[in-house]
Amino acid sequence: MNGREKVANRFGYTDALLDLIAKDSNVIVLDADLAKSTTTSRIKDKYPDNFIDVGIAEQNLVGIAAGLSLNGHVPFASTYAAFIAGRAFDQIRTTVCYSNLNVKLAGMHTGITVGADGPTHQMLEDIALMRVLPNMVVLNPCDVNEAYNATIAAYEHKGPVYIRFVREASPVLTSCDEYFVIGKAKVVRCGKDITVVTSGQILSNVIEAADKLEKTGFDIEIINVHTIKPLDINCLAESVRKTGKLIVVDEHQIHGGLGSAVFEALALENIQYKAGIIAVNDTFLTSGHPGELMEKYGFSSDSIVEKIKAFFL
Amino acid sequence: MQDLREITKTIRRDIIEMIYSAGSGHPGGSLSLAEIFSVLYFGHMKHDPNDPVMPDRDRLILSKGHAAPVLYSALARSGYFDPEYLKTLRKTESFLEGHPAVKTPGVEVGTGSLGQGLSVGCGVALSFKKRKTPQKVYVILGDGELQEGQNWEAFMFAGHNRLNNLITVIDLNDLQIDGKVTEVNSIEPVADKIRAFKWNFELIDGHDIAQIKAAFEKAAASDRPFAVIAKTVKGKGVSFMEDRAEWHGKPLSKGDYEKAMAELI
Repeated sequence: MNGREKVANRFGYTDALLDLIAKDSNVIVLDADLAKSTTTSRIKDKYPDNFIDVGIAEQNLVGIAAGLSLNGHVPFASTYAAFIAGRAFDQIRTTVCYSNLNVKLAGMHTGITVGADGPTHQMLEDIALMRVLPNMVVLNPCDVNEAYNATIAAYEHKGPVYIRFVREASPVLTSCDEYFVIGKAKVVRCGKDITVVTSGQILSNVIEAADKLEKTGFDIEIINVHTIKPLDINCLAESVRKTGKLIVVDEHQIHGGLGSAVFEALALENIQYKAGIIAVNDTFLTSGHPGELMEKYGFSSDSIVEKIKAFFL
Repeated sequence: MQDLREITKTIRRDIIEMIYSAGSGHPGGSLSLAEIFSVLYFGHMKHDPNDPVMPDRDRLILSKGHAAPVLYSALARSGYFDPEYLKTLRKTESFLEGHPAVKTPGVEVGTGSLGQGLSVGCGVALSFKKRKTPQKVYVILGDGELQEGQNWEAFMFAGHNRLNNLITVIDLNDLQIDGKVTEVNSIEPVADKIRAFKWNFELIDGHDIAQIKAAFEKAAASDRPFAVIAKTVKGKGVSFMEDRAEWHGKPLSKGDYEKAMAELI
């Protein structure tokens, strides 16, 4: 794709839900008073019988979704990630995951680009929370089309799935007809010098950074880990064996996110490599313009270039 | 149909046997529910022990999951599995976990972290409504459990959505681990709260089988979700456990066991 068009990836979520409901009336979309923001109001408008707004009650949201699934409905519970992965963690753990229920959870407005609403809403801990739960699948789509494919894949998977979305429009990097298989990472660009592993919308900045690094003679391999759990360790290990250098770029807290997942898994492989991680360094951020915050916290493409050089030069 | 009073006694004996052989468990809040489970599993609820996932069955969710022994006994005695198996409660390879788990035939959903079952019941009730099927969903709550805020999210949702296929039993034994519910953090007036959330309710003696049956019949005809507020005695049937907070989750010594079983003849 051209990488210039920008769309918020949560539209991919509701595009997929509209298509799913057209084929399967068992799909029920739930929201907790954020339907306009999450875009689930599109479901409410077109399929009101397949939509439930539970009000501002996220623990109940997850419980109701669990109950619907017990009778064969396929619930997609949607609200801001801070409130579903954070506030309703125990409900997700004990009611959904322990009983391995067929419940889908959409965490909206993750990461730095939530911007002006500030740290209460900039969810940067959700990957850590969700990936430790037995039975849970964790998906982090990079753009609107991957969000569409992730949502379809979540529906086809039997069991709990958490899907992570962002607020801001982000570049369209993939197409809807690209294959998407849960647990299969994608090599976005082949290279021989450095492996860069990333996930979610920050992929576009990583691609820009790689373009810049190539001009200075680095041949970068980029791996898009849209499935954080189960992690495609074979794909990662193969790449790192080849390059011997690994950077993980993770728009999440440094502890417990994609970086932790990747290094935990690679620790069990017999590979010698140099590594670095670009993530939020164990801090709450501030309110601000998304672009300025990306710069301030080191996630602009220029910052990524500088950090990669600093790690390996 | 077997005499419900006999079944109740068998359930109480099972509870004591199970917890004694496990060496841990929650006798108090299990014993307080014996009559209610007898009525539900032996005549009132539509279910089939030979087909635990029969689509048109009623559903029961034990939100106060620590009362698992009363549920396991009711399941075993109604035919879901061999009552002999009850002795494996809390043992490593057993399907009878300390708190309910879906691996047990007849258990609909895992519970144990308090305050979550009524929300699940709302979802099941809503699902029945969407499919236009006539089943009921029963959620068993403790009174101390009502201190969990999520319950009130669920009461609000069910009342607002008129989920009149949702029936809850509140096991009002006025004891929680740290003492009397009315002293730790009172939930009273429960009935006024339930009414304010647009539910119907009936206050009953939770050990009176006729009152329990009548309440469930009234619930079945309700135009709103329905709460059976059952005044009970924690530890009911075993004199030295009755109304004693310390028997919430205390194991039985051999002497306790023998004394309890002698009383439950």
